[in-house]
Amino acid sequence: MKIRLSFIFLFCLILFVAFVFYKSLFDDKNYAPKNINNKIENISIKEFYTDKNFYLKNLFEEETLMAINIWASWCIPCRQEHRYINKLSEIDNLKLVGLNYKDKKNSAQMFLRELGNPFDIILTDTDGTKSIFLGAYGVPETLILDRELKIIKKYIGPINSDIVNEIKTIIK
Amino acid sequence: MLNLIGNYSLIFALLISLILIIYCFIKFKSKKNLDFNLIVIIFLQFTLISLSFFTLVFAFINSDFSNLAVYNNSHTSKPLFYKISGTWGNHEGSLLLWLMVLSLFSLFFLFKTKKLLSSFRVLTIFFQQIIIVGFLFFIIFTSNPFQLILPTPIEGLGLNPILQDPVLAIHPPILYLGYVGSSIIFSSSLAALTCNYVNKDWAADIKNWSLISWIFLTIGIMLGSIWAYYELGWGGFWFWDSVENVSLMPWLCLTALLHSSSVLEKRSILQSWTIILALCTFILSMSGTFLVRSGILNSVHTFANDPERGVFVLIFLIILVLISLILYFKFNHSETTSKSFFLSKETAIIINNWFIMYFLSVVLVGTIYPIFLEIITEAKISVGPPYFNQLIVPFLIPFLILMALGSKLDWIKNKKLKLNIKKLTLLILSILISFYIVRNLNIKILYLTVLISAALYLFFTTIIDLKNKKLKWSQKISHLAFSILILSIILNSVFSEELSVNMKAGEQKIILNKTINFEKITKQEIDNYTSLIAEIEINQDNKKIKFYPELRFYKVSETITSEADIKTNLFNDNLLVVNYLKDTDYLNIRYQKKPFMMLIWLSAVMLALGGLIGLRDKLK
Repeated sequence: MKIRLSFIFLFCLILFVAFVFYKSLFDDKNYAPKNINNKIENISIKEFYTDKNFYLKNLFEEETLMAINIWASWCIPCRQEHRYINKLSEIDNLKLVGLNYKDKKNSAQMFLRELGNPFDIILTDTDGTKSIFLGAYGVPETLILDRELKIIKKYIGPINSDIVNEIKTIIK
Repeated sequence: MLNLIGNYSLIFALLISLILIIYCFIKFKSKKNLDFNLIVIIFLQFTLISLSFFTLVFAFINSDFSNLAVYNNSHTSKPLFYKISGTWGNHEGSLLLWLMVLSLFSLFFLFKTKKLLSSFRVLTIFFQQIIIVGFLFFIIFTSNPFQLILPTPIEGLGLNPILQDPVLAIHPPILYLGYVGSSIIFSSSLAALTCNYVNKDWAADIKNWSLISWIFLTIGIMLGSIWAYYELGWGGFWFWDSVENVSLMPWLCLTALLHSSSVLEKRSILQSWTIILALCTFILSMSGTFLVRSGILNSVHTFANDPERGVFVLIFLIILVLISLILYFKFNHSETTSKSFFLSKETAIIINNWFIMYFLSVVLVGTIYPIFLEIITEAKISVGPPYFNQLIVPFLIPFLILMALGSKLDWIKNKKLKLNIKKLTLLILSILISFYIVRNLNIKILYLTVLISAALYLFFTTIIDLKNKKLKWSQKISHLAFSILILSIILNSVFSEELSVNMKAGEQKIILNKTINFEKITKQEIDNYTSLIAEIEINQDNKKIKFYPELRFYKVSETITSEADIKTNLFNDNLLVVNYLKDTDYLNIRYQKKPFMMLIWLSAVMLALGGLIGLRDKLK
């Protein structure tokens, strides 16, 4: 049988699709990029309720670490992860900052009223430009920063109880 | 004891399958006629699988917590109805249901195709048994529903309360009937290819099976969407969620298959195309289930996140795809009949298929592209409704108009398409009405006018076509239903209103000429949850509507669900949901006005009815 080119093409395509599916089966839905020893610029971001500008470094009080959670009311995974964010707020020595991403103020407020507001302070990024400085890929995303604004850990995608425990151990 | 019966009948069913595969292969090679033994053996297999399924149902009814699946998914305080539906509300049980339907369909196939070529029938059973073996292996070795736990726990872990809903209890089995029905289409196409039997008889037979699948899929998708609308309380019926997309893709493919198989039946052309569609329908159903079940696509339907299971299904899927690919290239020598483009029914159907393929690829890309992008570049994106709406809705305009004009052309060659007065008046009428409808809106007037005119034009044409004696009733009904469906969806999305406010009992507020009166709230203890019922009155233009929305606090799983109160009539839905606000006595009240919801459901039922009429005509 003469093997046709289209057959070979389709065959390869199927193997490729299978390969991608196979890899994504074992792909951890939350992953931390490796090159995270970057410092974030000390930019100023607007506060959610008052519209006052805050510099990131000035947000620290006596805490040693800061967690920035980028979220939006329209993002369904954010809804799922919110109870873990609530757990984060119970950790001492961690400043929990919410960064509301490309959202309407009303819907964001409704989201918090419904699911609780765990944040020490909420910042707002209405046009998505501030998140670029943080190196965000999308929502939800959680960054752990030290007092020098060095990124210690970065979680892309919704966090879960394992990650909450991991953050607890980082702080200890 | 019962667990053992369930388990062993599955193992026996597997043995029977393996015997059947060899038996069918020998029969096919020796070109012997199909005999009665085959039917008996398949009947035996079906009995064994059903026995195993009903054992599981029994374990659920009796709350037999020594069974792991029952322990994980049931609870003594659950009402009987939900205990039963809990059987297929979990990964293991739902697979067993798949399997039972699969073997039921093989049996039906043997009974219903007595007139067709014998070697074709034997080979279809052969391929069908390969699928059954795959499922049996999967169930027995990776997701056995009859695993035991010792010591026996006293109480189960309950079922997700969101899934405790009458609609959702019947939604999965109906959708499965649709998916599994396409397995017969798959096996029978492979058999027809191999026996070189892709002809009119085969097309007539495949059309029955596609109709059955299509009817169940239509109803199944509709039920899923009703559930999302009433239970999730998000105020919509379609979210382009990956699970919804995954069920929409086989539906689109089947719709294309229905049309192309009638071309094959009438005109003996489009053999390869029909085969490709038939194979794709089942492959899409299977891969969709794989993507959702393995947790690659996240959704409420993701039961278990066990990569080992995923690998198994993936390997099985690849085997099926490769078998179809190899057989297709080895045996497909049919047609390249040169065909000039006449103005005819077959041309119209081919164009219809192109459009459906376009819609299908949009949905396919939107659903799986993020997976590819993530694996290859580690970038995460999420594809939402705007993508689908922008890529699909504009193309509906030519699709609808072609559907209005093309569906009543003649086969082979039509006389010139006359632009008579009637058509022109209808078109102008549609444009006028649609302009009248959208005149008060400030956005996208031209676009909406054109879109609604196209939908209205199709609606009027299908209404007038009801009197057309040349057309079949199945076509008339389902095309009319489709036009109502599209029209209601468009009008619904354009004219929905929504307002949201936080209030506590006893308060009254006036927003946008509506008076909202939150009268009182009552607490009640019911079976397995505590219920809070609010009494809220909305007063607009002296029309008062009273709502009783409900919040349910489930004790076992510590979940809160809100039940919307929906006042429905044919043309308008008034919907009110309350949401619990943590640590306050305020409730969040969301009031929505959704026009034409009822028409959306009714037209979907009518669509399925059209299919049913087609099936009846065929079987007569």
